[in-house]
Amino acid sequence: MISLTDILTLLPESFLTLAICALLLLDLFLKPAQRSVTHYLSIVVLAVTGWLVLQHFGEPTAFGGMFVRDGVAVVLKVFVLLTTALVFVYARPYLRDRSLFVGEYYVLCLFAVLGMMLLVSAGSLVMIYLGLELLALSSYALVALNRDSPLSSEAAMKYFVLGALASGMLLYGMSMIYGAAGSLDLNTIHAVAAASTQRGLLLFGVVFVVVGIAFKFGAAPFHMWLPDVYQGAPTAVTVFIGSAPKLAAFGMAYRLLEGGLDGLGGHWQLMLALLAVLSLAIGNIAAIMQSNLKRMLAYSTISHVGFLFLGLVNGQPEGYAAAMFYAISYALTAAAAFGIILLLSRAGFEAEEIADYKGLSQRAPWYAFLMALIMFSLAGVPPLFGFFGKLLVLKAVAVPGTLWLAIAGAIFAIVGIYYYLRIVKVMYFDDPDADAVPAKPADAPMRAVLSVNALALLVLGLTWGPLYGWCAQAFGIR
Amino acid sequence: MFANWPLLSLLIWLPILGAIPVLLAGDRRPDLARRVALAVAAATFLVSLAMLSAFNHAIADSIARGAADLGLLKNMQLQENLLWIEALNVRYHLGVDGISVALVLLTTFTSVLVVILGWGSVEKKVAQYMAAMLVLEGLMVGVFCALDALLFYVFFEGMLIPMFILIGVWGGARRVYATLKFFIYTFFGSIFMLVGLLYLYFKTGTFELAELAKVGLSAKEQAWLFFAFLIAFAVKVPMWPVHTWLPDAHVEAPTGGSVVLAAIMLKIGGYGFIRFSLPIVPDASLEYAWLVIAMSLIAVVYVGYVALVQEDMKKLIAYSSIAHMGFVTLGVFISLALARSGNATGAAVGIQGAMVQMISHGFVSGAMFASVGVLYDRMHTRMIRDYGGVVNTMPRFAALFVLFAMANCGLPGTSGFVGEFWVILAAFQHNPLVGALAAFTLIIGAAYTLWLVKRVIFGEVANEHVAELQDMNGRETLVLATLAAAVLLLGLWPQPLGNLMDAPIAELVKHIVISKGA
Repeated sequence: MISLTDILTLLPESFLTLAICALLLLDLFLKPAQRSVTHYLSIVVLAVTGWLVLQHFGEPTAFGGMFVRDGVAVVLKVFVLLTTALVFVYARPYLRDRSLFVGEYYVLCLFAVLGMMLLVSAGSLVMIYLGLELLALSSYALVALNRDSPLSSEAAMKYFVLGALASGMLLYGMSMIYGAAGSLDLNTIHAVAAASTQRGLLLFGVVFVVVGIAFKFGAAPFHMWLPDVYQGAPTAVTVFIGSAPKLAAFGMAYRLLEGGLDGLGGHWQLMLALLAVLSLAIGNIAAIMQSNLKRMLAYSTISHVGFLFLGLVNGQPEGYAAAMFYAISYALTAAAAFGIILLLSRAGFEAEEIADYKGLSQRAPWYAFLMALIMFSLAGVPPLFGFFGKLLVLKAVAVPGTLWLAIAGAIFAIVGIYYYLRIVKVMYFDDPDADAVPAKPADAPMRAVLSVNALALLVLGLTWGPLYGWCAQAFGIR
Repeated sequence: MFANWPLLSLLIWLPILGAIPVLLAGDRRPDLARRVALAVAAATFLVSLAMLSAFNHAIADSIARGAADLGLLKNMQLQENLLWIEALNVRYHLGVDGISVALVLLTTFTSVLVVILGWGSVEKKVAQYMAAMLVLEGLMVGVFCALDALLFYVFFEGMLIPMFILIGVWGGARRVYATLKFFIYTFFGSIFMLVGLLYLYFKTGTFELAELAKVGLSAKEQAWLFFAFLIAFAVKVPMWPVHTWLPDAHVEAPTGGSVVLAAIMLKIGGYGFIRFSLPIVPDASLEYAWLVIAMSLIAVVYVGYVALVQEDMKKLIAYSSIAHMGFVTLGVFISLALARSGNATGAAVGIQGAMVQMISHGFVSGAMFASVGVLYDRMHTRMIRDYGGVVNTMPRFAALFVLFAMANCGLPGTSGFVGEFWVILAAFQHNPLVGALAAFTLIIGAAYTLWLVKRVIFGEVANEHVAELQDMNGRETLVLATLAAAVLLLGLWPQPLGNLMDAPIAELVKHIVISKGA
């Protein structure tokens, strides 16, 4: 039976669903010139949803344990909503320049957000799959938003086929787990996994589940789709799929691995460790050779996923908190990085080749400074935000037994620093080409928000204590 | 009267925040930017003098007040201890003892000179240059004051960013190569230290240096940690064989960058050995002292020979820096061996020597690079063969340059002599062969330095460019004369510096005698 408390617990999600439907309808009646209404309303919807999330209406669980609202879910939802709001602000000028400024962009993004919110709150395998598919289907359509571009269509097709394959893997694994545990509820699975001695079937399922997770994260060796999709998608879409979904992916991994399969920790931890090291290696080394900034950032994502996995490897609350902190810092930084690309792109010109950034410090010193902050943060140089994420995950593995992972992480952090520095080098040390396109005067809200976003990387680097405290609290540390 | 002021925070944040008005002055108003930068640097120097005065008076105070037991670091004064990150128990903990005070003073003093030097020689993006220098100054002071390992690390790494920009934007022809090499090399070194520190955090639950110095560690743990620290600090010093970034960085860096690099940044490596390696992993340090001593001797002798064949003045001085810094690491690790063999006095002399050598090298190498900068601004070449007979056209410059060269050879009466002499003294007590090899360097040092002087300063006027040279202007004279005064003062009267550092060094020697094996 659905009770009123169930609805109340799901109030943010319910509100978001209704709001999306309303927006979809409203958008039909708007003239193209009035499209900004959709834009601002979407941001308002995100803000209201965020406010509702923070109110903690209802009970900790709803629908018989299908939906869980714990600290982890709240933190992740808040940052998913915040990142998406940033994305909307950054995307608007770009979309307008390319006559992609359509209501569908906002509605699809919001549906993806809804999927992510359900995903991070999932208490059963069905809920995970539902949330994931809602996110994935919206993302496929978003990548194909610019349907006249062959590159976009190809990327969308590739994303769809490989994404469907991954979903299939995940579903297959889930069916195995269901077969072994006799339940879709993660708590029951947890109990069975801890108690059972016949683990063959469960382990078989775990392998497929881990593969599915790795696919969605884009961890090597399941990363093939990621660079093509990042590069092929319109940048306004890349900024979305490159930032917020990493938070959701973390939520999914946490729910499945810790919530459901904790008892099999020894098995999936080793798999994650190997995936982490491979991702660190492939992401960092392949990124060095890229000449396209979006593609470089795609490979950098792969390496960051490797770091994030390091936090999960030990299956300890501190490690989860570190990984969540890492996901948050990465989402905010990635949004800013793609924001800069969006800012410097204009009608008929995509600022996505690294060479386009030559001498940016002379053409647009402030943007160059912001970009430098972002790059140093991604590289993990103190006192920027990104360093402390790395610090926390390295701390999580710098214990006897997994020390080798900390050392591997350290080594690949050194490899990684080169390609981030190269961007700084291009911006500061090279002279601009004579035919360089001058930086356009960006619209004021975007400039302001992007500046705050990038400067926050410095400020949060100095005052990251409360944020980490929030993450730690969510996992019940102190 | 300043004892209760947060002087150390002021020393760190004044230059960093002072960079903001400098930037606001903008590259279009270079004179204003220069003046503001000079004002900030001078104010910081005055604060550091206030720190010195507060420091002397505070010794008795803190002991009388029964300051918290800091173990090894009980000589630390002017402490500020705030919680920074509660979850990890990271503290914003600052404090100075005699060793730090000397290095902080060196930093603030050199920074004023560097700002003055940049007055004429930097033409493009003046405000950004000055701002980067000031940020760098604040971070370096932070390194010398931090008593929390993570805070130390943040300053230690943060320093790379302004230096990267300084070399990359204002450097010479191969600046991009040099600055990337500099950054990656140093980052490579320090990240392993970070892993080591995290392991120590796992053991102790704190990053407090005083606590880390107390914790017992097994021989295996110590060995791993020792090498983590060794990589970090050996790259920074730099020691043979990880020294190759230094000549490149020096050659390509602008004059001010070279001066800061040589005078202060290299000292951070030596300082790290004294603050981290020796107190935290004394047994492993002793076990592998032979390795460090061997590396130091190679630096002293082999790199000395390498310096001999250089054709580029800056490169020659860079190699000479490596050789001189070899004395520092030699002194530190010989002292450890001496202390363990029961010779506490000898150990104290060795560390004293290393410290004096660091300060002296700060002045001398800074002065040498500044001198080359003076020549470069006029001739736009650093090649020795383009010079000759400079004394005929620039007599005042020549006089000072010869003085610095003498200090570089370690002539008694100059600061260069004191530190090297003390280190050699300690080395002979440890092992006469090591002492003899170290002493041998004085000859090589004299050879490459004097030969440089002969080719550049003396002889006939080599070409018409040299004939047209103008002697130093007032600003350059001020900088070099100040450095010359410092070199002579330290050479003739090293006692105050020695007294300043006596207490912490005695404490350190007492600490490293005790084995930590658990």
